[in-house]
Amino acid sequence: MSGVLSASVVADTFTLPTIDYGALAPVLIVAAAAVIGVLVEAFAPRGARRPLQLVLVFGSLIAAFVAVVMHAGIRQLDGGGAVAIDGPGLVLQGAVLLISIVGAMLMAERMVDPAGDAFAARASTLPGSEDERQFSSRGFLQTEIWPLMLFAVTGMLLFPIANDLLLLFVALEVMSLPLYLLVGMARRRRLLSQEAALKYFILGSFSSAFFLFGSALLYGYSGSIKFGKIAEAIAGNPGQNMLILVGVGMVAVGLLFKIGAAPFHQWTPDVYQGAPTPVTAFMAAAVKVAAFGAILRVFYVIFGGLRWDWQPMLWVIAILTMLIGAIVAVTQTDVKRMLAYSSIAQAGFILLGVIAANPAGLRGAIFYLVAYAFTTLGTFAVVTLVRDSTGEATHLSKWAGLAKTSPLTATVFAIFLLSLAGIPLTSGFIGKFAVFTAAIEAGAMPLVIVALFASLIAAFVYGRVIVLMFFADPPADPPAVVVPSAFTTLAIAISVAVTVVLGIIPQPFLTLLEQAGVFIR
Amino acid sequence: MTSSMLNLPTSIPWLTILGVVPLVGSVVVLLLPRARETMAKQVALAFSLVTLVLTVVLALGFDAASSAPFQFAEKYEWIASLGISYSVGVDGIGLVLIALATILVPIVMLSGWNDVAPGTTGRGTVKGYFALMLALETCMVGVFAATDVFLFYVFFEVMLIPTFFLIGRFGGAQRAYASVKFLIYSLVGGLLMLAALIGLYVVSADVLGQGTFDFMQLVGIDIDPGTEKLLFLGFFIAFAIKAPLWPFHTWLPDAAREATPATAVLLIGVLDKVGTFGMIRYLLPIFPSASQWFAPLVIAMAVIGIIYGALVALGQSDMKRLFAYSSMSHFGFIALGIFVFTSQGMSGSVFYMIAHGLATAALFIVGGYLMSRRGGSSLISDYGGVAKVAPILGGFFMFAALSALALPALAPFVGEFLVLLGTFERYIVIAVIATIGIVLSAAYALRLYQKTMTGPVAPGIDGMKDLGGREFTSLFPVFALTLVLGVIPGIALNVINPAVDRTLTTVGLTDPQPVLTGTEGGQP
Repeated sequence: MSGVLSASVVADTFTLPTIDYGALAPVLIVAAAAVIGVLVEAFAPRGARRPLQLVLVFGSLIAAFVAVVMHAGIRQLDGGGAVAIDGPGLVLQGAVLLISIVGAMLMAERMVDPAGDAFAARASTLPGSEDERQFSSRGFLQTEIWPLMLFAVTGMLLFPIANDLLLLFVALEVMSLPLYLLVGMARRRRLLSQEAALKYFILGSFSSAFFLFGSALLYGYSGSIKFGKIAEAIAGNPGQNMLILVGVGMVAVGLLFKIGAAPFHQWTPDVYQGAPTPVTAFMAAAVKVAAFGAILRVFYVIFGGLRWDWQPMLWVIAILTMLIGAIVAVTQTDVKRMLAYSSIAQAGFILLGVIAANPAGLRGAIFYLVAYAFTTLGTFAVVTLVRDSTGEATHLSKWAGLAKTSPLTATVFAIFLLSLAGIPLTSGFIGKFAVFTAAIEAGAMPLVIVALFASLIAAFVYGRVIVLMFFADPPADPPAVVVPSAFTTLAIAISVAVTVVLGIIPQPFLTLLEQAGVFIR
Repeated sequence: MTSSMLNLPTSIPWLTILGVVPLVGSVVVLLLPRARETMAKQVALAFSLVTLVLTVVLALGFDAASSAPFQFAEKYEWIASLGISYSVGVDGIGLVLIALATILVPIVMLSGWNDVAPGTTGRGTVKGYFALMLALETCMVGVFAATDVFLFYVFFEVMLIPTFFLIGRFGGAQRAYASVKFLIYSLVGGLLMLAALIGLYVVSADVLGQGTFDFMQLVGIDIDPGTEKLLFLGFFIAFAIKAPLWPFHTWLPDAAREATPATAVLLIGVLDKVGTFGMIRYLLPIFPSASQWFAPLVIAMAVIGIIYGALVALGQSDMKRLFAYSSMSHFGFIALGIFVFTSQGMSGSVFYMIAHGLATAALFIVGGYLMSRRGGSSLISDYGGVAKVAPILGGFFMFAALSALALPALAPFVGEFLVLLGTFERYIVIAVIATIGIVLSAAYALRLYQKTMTGPVAPGIDGMKDLGGREFTSLFPVFALTLVLGVIPGIALNVINPAVDRTLTTVGLTDPQPVLTGTEGGQP
């Protein structure tokens, strides 16, 4: 009769949650801007759309960032426990916003492609059709990308602060759906782009289903979708239980898909290659930050008590991710695919911070994420500049001798590659150092050895590109490095600055992370 | 009361200035317009000379009798969260190695004045070449001056970048291959060291309550023996690759062959010393019992390296590869002197690092002049009778060969002799075997001289120009220093010995008492 189940049902009778709208301001500002952006698309005259959208995008992102900064001291559960506004959550939100600002700069670029920008004149036209030719030749440039991007950012802002499974799922979808669309909007090589979008969509939906199923199992086990309640249920019920283990596994699959961890990484190279490069840059950086934010929260808050059960699973996944990413990157001949595999390997390194399951691991992972995100933005930004008559010259052979024709571009790219390789005095090194230290503190020395081995292979990959750019002769028809507008220039400058400054004086950011503390329940 | 010759104000961050000057020079050179090639060279040389003058000032201000472990010490918080500080300071060993680096940089700049010219195989620009050398000089000063293990690691790794570009952009035909091989080998070592470094930090956090990378705090911390051995290995392999010891040496011949003579001098003369310097500075004091546990293994590797390097050098048909293998043989001596744990052996090792740096400079620079006169060929068989055609070049070549075979009255002799003496005190058999290495070195050095300099004048050698003023100027200081250090080694040994004694005390070892057996001795 009135067993455990009914008691929990009684406890969960519906009460209207109180919402502190001020604390949620960053999310609300961006969401509102996205909605206004849709209205602009519908009602503003064609010529006015771009300026309006740019004001909306940059204005809302900056305003949201200011709101995050103003809330720096807040540590509270909100919306009846559905969101947790805490130190790590706020830092991650701030990071997402800054990354989005830089990403938006890349998307706003209109100087590098002689045909306009990186996006299809009208995404709905069939590739190769007369319509497409018409729209392109009339110089149509679309601005629907902006509301889509803002919706994605809304999801990303919600992702790391979501504190119940349903909200997490909603955030996941709000983040992903606009991205599926953005991926398919490349101006050039449209079939590749659309194929990538479809692949991303189908696999993404599949992983969402996993996530939902896992959430249902967790709910079935604990009678709640709130992270804190599930954690309590787990703590109050020591001993293994199939329901909870399968639930953890399935939720993990859904989240690990988003960061491109092996064996859920297959979409990454195709999507990174097919998507318009500014979108690739934005996705590679921001999705990783947001998704890792959610993974960190889920594993630290809900599954903290089950550490001994999930750690072996994550060990295997981290090892696979690092090795597959690094080894397969060796064989790549396309710079975007190479960077995609390298991003897989990097995700593996960040997983070390998750596995460490200690505050140092949390700090290390966040540091690594931010370092990696800006470096990645920079690398893809450089990729957009190296072009030949067919668009971006992504085949690596075209990059040979780049230092001869444009030493500055080659040097900047080399700095990013050195950071990805983890050479000291770059942000990538401090990131690696921080997560490796946390992992060793947690007793995961074998994992760190594997990580070092993978770093070595990855360093070979990056080193080879540097050799190609600096030590080889240019090909017969060398690509041109175009001079971008202030948008891309600024984006690259910011990326270089963050990469170098976080490498040389990381202490202020580390202090911020220390002040941020750990997740609250 | 101090025994330094010059009283330097302690408020000035001398070592930081010493490191920053070449870095500033590097940036200045890079900012010069590409067309002003001569100006770039002159500016670079000027900066390296200023650095040299600063080093001399520092050396005069150094107090050899001081009881402080490090002089000119500076310490600033850097990454407090991880116990990392920017702290520098020198003991006698660090000082002489910094001096070696800052002496060699202007010399190689002078010798490599026309390395980057139209028609050479390299890709880079003149200013790039000289800027990279200056950047490398900063790293060399930093790596020898660091007293924070993390800072040391940073310089240890960052040093790779300018070296990588120096080999890869300015070397011979196979330079890309050689530079990647160099990079990969070094990164393997660097990553192992990183693992050990983090391990050491975690251990220090356990033992001291708070993790630190400060060298002075890490000395003598109590590490579990098993862990200590693992950490030792992490550092040791990195140093052994750098040095390089047998069997980690295979990158060296390629790098030495493809690099320009100037790069090769910096690489083998100075950078490789970082490995042996690291053994003395970090391995022995931080992991004393593991060092003793592994000593037989290291000694075996060193002896194999001495004999193997010399034998392979004997069989080389390529001059640069011969130089590389001869260096490898000599690195065996250096490592041997360190791991026999006698004060003579270790002093000898440190002294030999300096002497070997000078000997390497002599060999590669004079060899480089020779090769540049014969279209860059490094095949021994392409030469013959050069001494008749170009007597000054031949004379310097003779001097370089003699210094490689450690002729008495030249600096390398003092080093080798002390190492053998120190070895003899503990392991007579090892000392005897190592001595064979000296005989072999005489064989390959003299054979090289005989084949290239004497005999009938080979085709293509006829009419070879003798050394010019710049070339003579670059070689003469090397010649003079080798001679001076060979005749009055005390000027360096006085500085080195206290630091060596302190290191051995930290390890907890003292020299074995002379034991007299048989009847001919007797007690005094």
